[in-house]
Amino acid sequence: MCLAIPGRVLRIADAPEGQTPSPLSRTGVVDFGGVEKQVNLAYVPEAHVGDYVIVHVGFAISTMDESEANQVFTYLRQIEDAAMESSAGT
Amino acid sequence: MKFVEEYRRPDEVRSVARALASVARSSWTIMEVCGGQTHAIIRFGLDQLLPPQVTLVHGPGCPVCVTPIELIDRAIAVARERNVIFCSFGDMLRVPGSSADLMAARAAGADVRIVYSPLDAVEIARANPAKEIVFFAVGFETTAPANAGAVQIARARGITNFTVLVSHVLVPPAIRAIMDAPDSAVNAFLAAGHVCTVTGYEEYEELADRYHMPIVVAGFEPLDIMLAMLACVEALEGGEVGVQNRYARSVRREGNPPAMQAVSNVFETTDRKWRGIGMIPGSGLALRPEYADFDAERRFGVSDILAEESMVCMSGKVLQGLIRPTQCPAFGTQCTPENPLGATMVSSEGACSAYYRYRRVQVRPGS
Repeated sequence: MCLAIPGRVLRIADAPEGQTPSPLSRTGVVDFGGVEKQVNLAYVPEAHVGDYVIVHVGFAISTMDESEANQVFTYLRQIEDAAMESSAGT
Repeated sequence: MKFVEEYRRPDEVRSVARALASVARSSWTIMEVCGGQTHAIIRFGLDQLLPPQVTLVHGPGCPVCVTPIELIDRAIAVARERNVIFCSFGDMLRVPGSSADLMAARAAGADVRIVYSPLDAVEIARANPAKEIVFFAVGFETTAPANAGAVQIARARGITNFTVLVSHVLVPPAIRAIMDAPDSAVNAFLAAGHVCTVTGYEEYEELADRYHMPIVVAGFEPLDIMLAMLACVEALEGGEVGVQNRYARSVRREGNPPAMQAVSNVFETTDRKWRGIGMIPGSGLALRPEYADFDAERRFGVSDILAEESMVCMSGKVLQGLIRPTQCPAFGTQCTPENPLGATMVSSEGACSAYYRYRRVQVRPGS
């Protein structure tokens, strides 16, 4: 139910085509691995074209922090290095 | 897909599992409160990578599963009204009410449609001005901004034939209810990454203090979940209390302020019944009086429909992590996804359904 998937912002507009802009109408086209969908971007005012956003039921709920996304792998290397050291020490 | 596949590599997941096994000394019970995580844990077999002293139990993390039975009955009553187009996320259609489900109402002629977004329902309302369009607004904090947004957008566009049947639930009151239960055996929680993307985790810091436990905000991919489990076990072994964020690529401590603002513009907290659990004070969202004209219960006069749950179904115990789905005598016999007794067997994120799909046949190591 809380499924949300990351996609890359391709275009941004103040409102969907044919609609008058309103406070929550900010919208865009997001690419999900080749599938393009219209997504409401009102809750991610910081998102620019090229950014990855996390989308749930047609609304982007966050902009992906790419440095944090890579931090996971730095952390993983530390775990693997620590395991190597402890096995080398025994 | 970027930001998905790289978190699913088996070797890396296994190396985290080895690290976890090397730090776990005592017995710990950790609960996840997110159907998406439940599904991932069972689908990828992550629980089977844990050392025997670490137990993962599945909490009430599926909003479809906890929607009270009388709300399903009210939804069916509204859907059967002439001139109504009833729109819902697909998961809700097969959730059993007291005598039928929305799918049966559709088979009997009601216009029930599955939508991907509440904005699709707003668009159906615009395209069908002579019809009444009702959207079944269920979900946790993750979904509340979308539903609040749809209501505000409908108002801004002057669309008056759109209403919502609201059954929103909130996670922190459920964690309190689980921890306050006398038979609770939970030592720590994995917090749901997309709920916290919206709300942030300040409220979870209060919960961690109050119950003197670690809470780790977790993502949804195998590596995310295993790293969060490792952080959780390390904190438990070290006697550390507090919140750690292991889904920092999406979650910030303050959450998403514009989304939270939209939610508080449209909704206010209310007491809500949870299917299988009962009333939890302050655990739901309801429309504010300023948005009463978007309230489907009011427009269709269905608030007085009440119902009681079946006594056979043990989903309440499953939802509280007290029993595993396979411990229910009806599991896989009287109760299957085709003929579900309770909502945990219906929704693809319900614990019973996940076990039915991936664990019906248990293969013992060495057999």
